[in-house]
Amino acid sequence: MNVLEQQLSIEALQRGDRAEFARMVDVFSGPLYRLALKMLGSPQDAEDVLQNTFIKALQNLKTFEGRSSLSTWLYRIAVNEALMLLRKQKPEVSLTDTLPEDSEDTDYSPVEFTDWCCLPEEEFLTTESRQALDASMRRLPETLRVVFLLRDIEGLSIQETSEALGLTETAVKTRLLRARLRLRELLSVYYGERLPERKG
Amino acid sequence: MSKHEHTRCKDLLGSLSDYVDGALSESLCQEIEAHVAECSNCRIVVDTLRKTVTLYHTTAGETAEVPAQVRERLFRTLNLEDYLKH
Ligand SMILES: [Zn+2]
Repeated sequence: MNVLEQQLSIEALQRGDRAEFARMVDVFSGPLYRLALKMLGSPQDAEDVLQNTFIKALQNLKTFEGRSSLSTWLYRIAVNEALMLLRKQKPEVSLTDTLPEDSEDTDYSPVEFTDWCCLPEEEFLTTESRQALDASMRRLPETLRVVFLLRDIEGLSIQETSEALGLTETAVKTRLLRARLRLRELLSVYYGERLPERKG
Repeated sequence: MSKHEHTRCKDLLGSLSDYVDGALSESLCQEIEAHVAECSNCRIVVDTLRKTVTLYHTTAGETAEVPAQVRERLFRTLNLEDYLKH
């Protein structure tokens, strides 16, 4: 995404150049749609978020100051749109909810110690395996999932993720670690069942 | 032997994300490597955590396509019909 992003002219976008805006839509709609789909799980909701994101972008481009990159700025709009939708569906969701930082630490301590790394590579490439990856991600609480999505699926840096979410880098790191540990537990159960029977 | 109780293991847990990202200082890396050399549970956690992250990284890039109809509706919503062709 970065190479194409660099070819976009902010100046033309802010001037209201329609062709340039269309190019911007094509550069970013893939990743933004994927993000929304994985956050919301519904193609219809993801499409709504995609449309609203670019409508907001169009309205606010003039105020874009380039303090973050265009992609981070768009991710931020998309995340907010997706969270707004989630909140309508489930009013208890809030990104800024303080995580119980210390009290629940034990919840993230590993309990699965199956070594499934040695499974044959084909095991990881099946459709079922991919569905398991998606399903596991959907089991994360939203506060963790959104951090994991931006960092590990969209490939944003810790700093970009913190800018897109309006969280401190420390909070991003804590949530990322928890998301990854939680996913590791879920995948350990899934892939552990695929290990050949051995020992007792 | 199901619960991971050593305080050492717990201390390391907080650094594992940075460790698999290659974002830890050399001295901390060495500490982790020395520990996992003699703690098989932590070795498994590190290996499977790294594998977890790798699996998501490799499958991530495969799905960034907007369905054609979604793109078309998006362009119409934004009054960009003239640019649908490319
Ligand atoms: Zn250990």
